[in-house]
Amino acid sequence: MVPLPYMMALSAIVFVIGVAGFITRRNILIMFMSVELMLNAVNLAFIGLASRLGTMDGQVIVFFVMTVAAAEAAVGLAIIISVFRNRETVRADELNLLKW
Amino acid sequence: MTVEFGALGLILLFPLIGVLFNLFLGARLGRRWVNIVGPGVIFIAFALGIWAFAKILSMPAGSELHYKLWDWIEGGSFHVEFGLRIDALSAVMVLIVTGIGAFIHLYSDGYMAHDADYARFFTYMNLFALAMLILVLADNLLMMFVGWEGVGLCSYLLIAFWYSNPEFAYNGRKAFIANRVGDAGFILGMLTIIAVLGHGGVWSLDFGTIHRHLGLFTTTTATVACLLLFLGATGKSAQIPLYVWLPDAMVGPTPVSALIHAATMVTAGVYMVARLNFLYMLAPSAMMVVATIGAVTALFAGTIAIVQSDIKKVLAYSTISQLGYMFLGVGSGAFAAGIFHVMTHAFFKGLLFLCAGSVIHGLGGEQDMTRMGGLRKVMPITFWTMLIATIAISAIPPFSGFFSKDMILAGAYGSGHFGLWIIGVITAGITGFYMFRLLFLTFFGESRVDPERLHHAHESPPVMTIPLIVLAIAAAIGGWVGLPDGFLWGDLFSRFLAPTVGTFTPTVATPGVLLSVIALAISIVGIIIAWVLYIWMPGLPYLIAWRAKALYTLLLQKYYIDQFYNLIVTRPLFFVSNWILHRGVDRFAIDGTVNGTGIALETSGAIARRSETGNIQHYAFIYLLGVIGIVAYYLFLVMR
Repeated sequence: MVPLPYMMALSAIVFVIGVAGFITRRNILIMFMSVELMLNAVNLAFIGLASRLGTMDGQVIVFFVMTVAAAEAAVGLAIIISVFRNRETVRADELNLLKW
Repeated sequence: MTVEFGALGLILLFPLIGVLFNLFLGARLGRRWVNIVGPGVIFIAFALGIWAFAKILSMPAGSELHYKLWDWIEGGSFHVEFGLRIDALSAVMVLIVTGIGAFIHLYSDGYMAHDADYARFFTYMNLFALAMLILVLADNLLMMFVGWEGVGLCSYLLIAFWYSNPEFAYNGRKAFIANRVGDAGFILGMLTIIAVLGHGGVWSLDFGTIHRHLGLFTTTTATVACLLLFLGATGKSAQIPLYVWLPDAMVGPTPVSALIHAATMVTAGVYMVARLNFLYMLAPSAMMVVATIGAVTALFAGTIAIVQSDIKKVLAYSTISQLGYMFLGVGSGAFAAGIFHVMTHAFFKGLLFLCAGSVIHGLGGEQDMTRMGGLRKVMPITFWTMLIATIAISAIPPFSGFFSKDMILAGAYGSGHFGLWIIGVITAGITGFYMFRLLFLTFFGESRVDPERLHHAHESPPVMTIPLIVLAIAAAIGGWVGLPDGFLWGDLFSRFLAPTVGTFTPTVATPGVLLSVIALAISIVGIIIAWVLYIWMPGLPYLIAWRAKALYTLLLQKYYIDQFYNLIVTRPLFFVSNWILHRGVDRFAIDGTVNGTGIALETSGAIARRSETGNIQHYAFIYLLGVIGIVAYYLFLVMR
């Protein structure tokens, strides 16, 4: 049984990696993966806390998150493919039409 | 005795129909319809006026016809109805307005035959007649004020009828503004009357009610009210100090001048004073002011008329002068004499303007008398009718002007205004002089007309000459209703008006017929001088003008009154309007605030929008900062 602080620390580290990746990497696919990292970091925290508190609530939420993440991955990847077909790039700093 | 008489509403209805018809259908249906409807509605109103007049005659003296259209203002105890009333005084005025007005309208058919904007012209003309009819038919002061404002508006519209000429438009505005000054006086006078009556518990402006509650007025309050109302009259009736608009009003089409000077507008002030005669009788000092202003204006305007060379300007100043006579009459307490002169003046001045219009029309727009002359043969009808009008205004018996002017001068003398009587007599001589000067310069002597114009000169068509002939007959014999008492049928006119405006009783013994003879002699002297100067020795006027250059220039420049008003009123007003109100308040303060707000928002927006880079990672970073901030805040709260 892994102690809760370890679980939470791992979760925090993974989350920060996700955040850093989302902000610093220019490739949308990597940014997308970073989002997945953040989601899973949160999942980890949920699991850990659910196990510690002995309730099912956290585990149920995790399933919801995974379901939504799967749907989001499908839609997101479709959008990215569509963008790439039109603009021939997946760099976030080049996809900046929606501005002043 | 008061009788309800529905036809009074119809007198207003027909001109109103004319206005609406000409306004909405006139231009569409074309000249033929406008030429019938425009004068037609006024002729119908004239017929209705005669009907009402006959009804008044058939009833016992002092009775009146009344017709309430609707309740107009119901404010607690303050009550004003939109009611019409005809008594002897307004019956005479209705006949003048519609009768003279109808023939002027008919004449306009010919005069405006070449103007493209005839529908608009007749709309305004009908509206003018309508406003004047409201003024004379009103049974209370407030409704009279509606007509009072209405004629002011119409005079503006018609003077500036050819508005594309900036000078004409300017003169229209001048008339309007001069009238507004007077109107302010009228409003204040009306408020004074309301205040006095209301203080006594009477909340009404009805003429009859005011008359019944005269006891509420003290001499002071009556004087204040009368003087304020008279200020209104000086604006509308072109007396010193507000007369300046009338000569400039000559830029309008000539039938308009005839309408303004004869049938409508300028007679309003005299009518108002006569209508409120009972109030004026309470204020002897106000009466004195009225009479003095009248006499001084008569002389003042008469002297200016001597040197004018524009045919219409001469007539304009002569109108101011004649209006002065009317105020001299009503100011002396001879109200019937004043109204009598309103009537005879309407005949001959309407005729004079129409004749002048006929000359101008025949010469293709020439108005300068120094370039006329010898037109007797070219325009025989115009000449003969104008001769009659000129004799009438010069007060030669048995033409109409003699009787009314005689009655006024007798009134002035009889009320003890001996000085004003002398002014009146001198003015009579001046009138004879300048009117015959006009006649001689226009119709006699060598032709000085531009040969090109002379070639096209012609007598006017029958539609214009028929009104001339009708008015000439009226100008010739119209005065016979007011013969001196004891002569033939005597003074029918004053006896008819007596129940409304009272009878004039001299306070000073008058030498009777001697007065008339003196005035007549002076008039004839004036005419003879005109004959000497302009027929016998045509070179002499130039010599006199040259020898008395200072006086001549003073008269030619109209005593520099216009320049004086420009200096003390117009220029400062323009300065304040332009530099303070326009540039200071409007452009700087108001525009500055509005535009400043806009510029501030635009500038801040231009700066702030740079944050919208379109790069999603920038947004994410700012979002992250926000999250960190919120978390830090809560941590801070927990830690504390």
